[in-house]
Amino acid sequence: MAGLLEAACRVGWISPVSVIAPSAMVAALWGLLLSGTETADIVATMGRVGMAAALAGVGGLLAGLGLHAVPRLRTALEPLLSSWYAIPTIMFYPVLLVFFGVGAGAIVAVAVLLAVVAMVSATLSGLDRVPPVLLRTGFVMRMGPWARASRIRLPAALPYVVTGVRLVVSYAFIGVIASEFILSGSGVGYAIANAYNNFDNPAMYGLMLLVLLLVTGVNSGLAAVDRRMRRG
Amino acid sequence: MRGRCDRVLVLLAVLVAWQGLYWAAGPAALASPGAVAARLWVLGARAAFQADAWSTVVAFAASGAASVVGGVLLGAGLGVSRLAGRVMEPVLAGFYALPKVTLYPVVLLLFGLGASAKVAFGVMHGLVPIALITMAAVGQVRPVLLRTARAMRLSWWDTVGRVVVPAVLPEVLGAVRIGVPLSLLGVLIGEMFASRQGLGSVAMRAMEANDTATLLAVAVLLAGAALGVNAGLAWVARAGR
Repeated sequence: MAGLLEAACRVGWISPVSVIAPSAMVAALWGLLLSGTETADIVATMGRVGMAAALAGVGGLLAGLGLHAVPRLRTALEPLLSSWYAIPTIMFYPVLLVFFGVGAGAIVAVAVLLAVVAMVSATLSGLDRVPPVLLRTGFVMRMGPWARASRIRLPAALPYVVTGVRLVVSYAFIGVIASEFILSGSGVGYAIANAYNNFDNPAMYGLMLLVLLLVTGVNSGLAAVDRRMRRG
Repeated sequence: MRGRCDRVLVLLAVLVAWQGLYWAAGPAALASPGAVAARLWVLGARAAFQADAWSTVVAFAASGAASVVGGVLLGAGLGVSRLAGRVMEPVLAGFYALPKVTLYPVVLLLFGLGASAKVAFGVMHGLVPIALITMAAVGQVRPVLLRTARAMRLSWWDTVGRVVVPAVLPEVLGAVRIGVPLSLLGVLIGEMFASRQGLGSVAMRAMEANDTATLLAVAVLLAGAALGVNAGLAWVARAGR
């Protein structure tokens, strides 16, 4: 596919004003990384993604455990959880800006809002699939509720929790970069918007390639962990 | 009955929390639920707002239909051919995890400003998950079913129509339930950046003017519509089973 695009760009079917050749994207990215002008943006974005993923992961796990323990609350919240991703979370960004101030706070908050529900759903479906025989064994062995949660439920639900973590990381990336894109003064998303506004195609496509590589790299790393958990 | 009562309680809890937040933060930061309801009422009577809402509905219908048809066809094709499926699966999964807003300049350059760009955005969001799930479902049809079909000498059409389609239908309906709301999200994001029409652009203008009442009125309207679409699709999925 990349070869086809390269050929189309080099022959001149696609004008360099709209899409530049893949080799030019790689060269532009390499130049940006070497020049160091984007290092601060990349570090800022990665820090925000990490913070949002950690908050959403831990918060979603705890909320999932809590909701699983109270089935009535869970059935009441189920429609909200299952249609959460249809609600454009990004619209709450201005409101969050007022609460968290300009800067990393509001961006992380958008990403957490976007990511936390995936973790809650994954935790719930993991807890649902704990084999009943394990719980009955725990009952027979007179384990308390805490011991049952930490020794039976969580280990049995772990593969689903890992899938949840995978989703959380991708949603954290989406939330952080999209918010930076709209209203921010720093980060990779801002740099892409800035390059677009300045008709700086090499920088724009170089940064897009960077985002693509980062997301694919992190995603395939987590997918490998995920597969190992499912097999073992 | 009790479930419905609980849902009303959740809604009330959200409203109470919102009102509390309003009292804590003040009118400059957040509009109260009452003000937002009043604004929604005023906006609903305005012809310009109705035109915006209608343009969103049209774009959403087009991109939802394109996502479902394209996603199911693509997923079925990739699911049938093992090799193509194995090659394309990581590509599609990577694309799904990509923040698609970053691709918005490319979409604009390819489709231009206006309705086609936002429909394309909706399809970009909605098609991929439907294709991924359909592909997995088609690839995982139990071999015994296919062997039985061959033993009964069913024609290709009968095998597809009577064995494969019923076997994958629940998963495909589940996929539609995930993909169609996402295409609404895509259309809205497309409208926020690439259009002067539609609810997304109304929200963007409200954002720029710091008009939280209008912004939240649009957000509440969209959230309600999203919940409604989701409930309708859930009903279809249950009926399909």
